[in-house]
Amino acid sequence: MINLAARDIAHGVGRYVATGFGLGLLIGVTLTMTGVYRGMVDDAQVLLRATGADVWVVQQHTLGPFAEPSSLHDDAYRSIRGLPGVVDTGNVAYLTMQVSHGGRPVRVMIAGYEPGRPGEPGYLTAGRPITRSHYEAIADEQTEFAIGDRVRIRRNDYTVVGLTRRMVTFGGDPMLFIPLKDAQEVQFLKDNDAIRNERDRLAANPSVNRPGVPGLLETVQDLQTSNRSVNAVLVRVAPGWDPQVVAENVKRWKHLQAFSAADMQELLVGTVISRAAKQIGLFLLILAFVSGAIVAFIVYTMTMAKLKEIAVLKLIGTRNRTIAGMILQEALGLGVIGFVVGKIAATLWGPVFPRYVLLLNEDTARAFVITLVVCVVASVIGIRAALRVDPGEAIGG
Amino acid sequence: MASTALAAVPQTDAPAIQVEDLSKRFGSGPTAVDALRAANMTVYPGEVVGLIGPSGSGKTTLLKCLGAVIEPTAGRITLGGELVYDGAWRMRDLRELRRDRIGFIFQAPYLIPFLDATDNVALLPMLAGQPNPAARARAGEILEALDVAHRGHARVSELSGGEQQRVSIARALANKPPIILADEPTAPLDSVRALTVVRILNRLAREYRTAIIVVTHDEKIIPTFRRIYHIRDGRTVEEAGEGRPIE
Repeated sequence: MINLAARDIAHGVGRYVATGFGLGLLIGVTLTMTGVYRGMVDDAQVLLRATGADVWVVQQHTLGPFAEPSSLHDDAYRSIRGLPGVVDTGNVAYLTMQVSHGGRPVRVMIAGYEPGRPGEPGYLTAGRPITRSHYEAIADEQTEFAIGDRVRIRRNDYTVVGLTRRMVTFGGDPMLFIPLKDAQEVQFLKDNDAIRNERDRLAANPSVNRPGVPGLLETVQDLQTSNRSVNAVLVRVAPGWDPQVVAENVKRWKHLQAFSAADMQELLVGTVISRAAKQIGLFLLILAFVSGAIVAFIVYTMTMAKLKEIAVLKLIGTRNRTIAGMILQEALGLGVIGFVVGKIAATLWGPVFPRYVLLLNEDTARAFVITLVVCVVASVIGIRAALRVDPGEAIGG
Repeated sequence: MASTALAAVPQTDAPAIQVEDLSKRFGSGPTAVDALRAANMTVYPGEVVGLIGPSGSGKTTLLKCLGAVIEPTAGRITLGGELVYDGAWRMRDLRELRRDRIGFIFQAPYLIPFLDATDNVALLPMLAGQPNPAARARAGEILEALDVAHRGHARVSELSGGEQQRVSIARALANKPPIILADEPTAPLDSVRALTVVRILNRLAREYRTAIIVVTHDEKIIPTFRRIYHIRDGRTVEEAGEGRPIE
């Protein structure tokens, strides 16, 4: 028996492929939206993974440092390090800001860390780690900085000495790693007028500026202009220790908030990006419906264009299932062409997007199955129309 | 049967088609329309019979009833000595009846545009279960008989109107049906081509012993029939035709 669908497709292959191509672009958008969602989730997780922290210790009663502001003393790590199961700690300070690069503002998240401690970039793709105490930086490649570039952060210039990859915030901003002390200064640095004003006020305060106590005024002024706070202490636990247990110990004995890495991930994915994820999810749902409606419309139109032929086919004895099979195969063919085009399109234009687009194989496989299911469902409308055709329509002109 | 003239060709075979008191009513109640009122018709193997009548007289309805496309309301239809309708269809699968025992020729060729000429003809034997090579061989045979075998691989859109009509005739013959129902087969053709089609139908009827009913309005071909059924208000009247030879 002749494959009627294949013959029909071959008869108008240009139009058929063009239709599939158009559908493919829509599927490509759908795949890309899935990739944007996955990228957003991955962005939220990558920082947590890269820091190598098992427990995040933050200010009490806060969900810091990303979901809420968090500030704790930079010597809190000493007491945390004494807790059972803790092998290493690292102070970190995070702040999002615009830095100047060649006169161009670049939005980054500054990450202050202590080299060799939890919180440093997971790996470098070029250059070297930070070896000096001040004014060196490691940048994510997404910043488009190059080794040796000088970046202006507040009043100081930093030299980019290393590059890393996929170190972004859940908002997609690339990270710029600098020494912790510098980050603390950047975070709390006041402008010169404010510093002068503060010094004058202290000097005018007789309880601080005592003639009989030399050095007091300078000490207080120094305290006013320096920062001893960090946003979080990252903890690495010993092998065999449950991070959840260590986090509980921190909360109980140190009066700080502590999250295991899993909790922190849940916090970021479940709360911080949940609304954006829902938005994308709804958009995906709408796109799936629109794709289905378009496939249904295309299949229906293709069927309606063949009503006379279908009537003749039925009149000369073609089984209904042969006609239904023809329509179904054509719908599935459209789906396959559309999917292939969509996958290629999403793969090609994905990297152009400003945010990370993560196309997972399982999502691709799922999308393929959904596309075929949508095609099958959509073809039902065309099949119904075909089966309703009266074979007698071929008779009587 | 309302017979006003004798059959021009004495028949010894059993009728290929026998219609007795066939009625078809559309709708019910006061709006019901009787499209056929006790129509009668007998067609013998190898005979080409004209079915003529004004628009709305019931020609198409009779053709659809004979083609098992619509169900009559009452009467009897016997095909090749087998009773197929007697107040109800006697066959379970009307699709098979149409496929194997009735050939259709339409006003327009209505060829399947995505198949070439050979496959348009071969489709019927294939639907009947013949393997593709055998079906194509059969199609080639008929196309040869109709002088269009050389266009066998041409797409429908590449065929002329006359070639398309020949291919549609070949399709009607593909399963060697004892009956062909032709619905105004010459309507879109000029007089030369119309007479050619009629000549072909007459030749095929003789060669294949096929009974052919030709529904037509075409004044050019009506004189060629030896027997004609006039249909008016759903009733048939048989007349002898001129049986004029076709040059």
